[in-house]
Amino acid sequence: MSYPAGSLVRVRAGDPDHHTRVPGYVRGHTGEVVAVLGRWALPDDRARGITPPRVETCYAVRFSAADLWGSGDHTVTVDLWESYLDRP
Amino acid sequence: MTGHEDLPAAARTRRLEERLIAAGLATDEEIDAFLTRLYANASPVNGALMVARAWTDPGYRELLLADGNAAAGAAGFALAPPEDGGYQLQVVANSAQVHNVIVCTLCSCYPVSLLGPSPGWYKSFAYRSRTVREPRAVLAEFGVALPDSVAISVWDSTSEARYMVLPSRPAGTEALGAEELATLITRNGLIGTALV
Repeated sequence: MSYPAGSLVRVRAGDPDHHTRVPGYVRGHTGEVVAVLGRWALPDDRARGITPPRVETCYAVRFSAADLWGSGDHTVTVDLWESYLDRP
Repeated sequence: MTGHEDLPAAARTRRLEERLIAAGLATDEEIDAFLTRLYANASPVNGALMVARAWTDPGYRELLLADGNAAAGAAGFALAPPEDGGYQLQVVANSAQVHNVIVCTLCSCYPVSLLGPSPGWYKSFAYRSRTVREPRAVLAEFGVALPDSVAISVWDSTSEARYMVLPSRPAGTEALGAEELATLITRNGLIGTALV
């Protein structure tokens, strides 16, 4: 599954029992891919010493403050690896 | 004056280093060499020179926004890519419509080699938690009062990408060359907590 710029994606809501780079405040929220950054090793695997780690595409995903917090007129863009995301 | 080694954070850091060494994951020499590499020549002057060049050279501005690592290399500040333990530079441009601000909610990532060691407040829980939630209020506390017509775009640095803001060139600087312009640009301007 890959998500070109402009795609809507939903962040997986789960709270894994290991290191991850998904900030809690975007879990379960839907955002828009604004940039495809590159293919990099998954931090969740690296932190657990899994070799070789999965290498996945990382996306810059933009969320609206109103959606994240219920208020605010700004946006927040978070970098998220592919396995953190699903189609909404 | 209190020495850095007296701070509780320094003691915690040392305990962590000792655990890494005891586990055979790193040696003192490797940690020292990494830190030396990280901070050697790291300075906000580097980022400022890149911004000033982008203000005066449209082709360089285009490169800076499209491929930050190539633009850094072209300015003499070669960056290792993520695959080699470095980072991918993403530059985001301010405009009359958008003001960008950088934060790292998970830790305190930012492009150290181009901005120099990060300021204490950048690592604080207050900055990291409030910037994603109420950036307009945070910026106002830094003295950046933006009209409501300017949208705020917050970038949370959670990956191997490192973000730098390209501030707008101030009005009235048309007569200045890149070298003089670079002296106007501050580290806070490159983070987004100042206009320039």
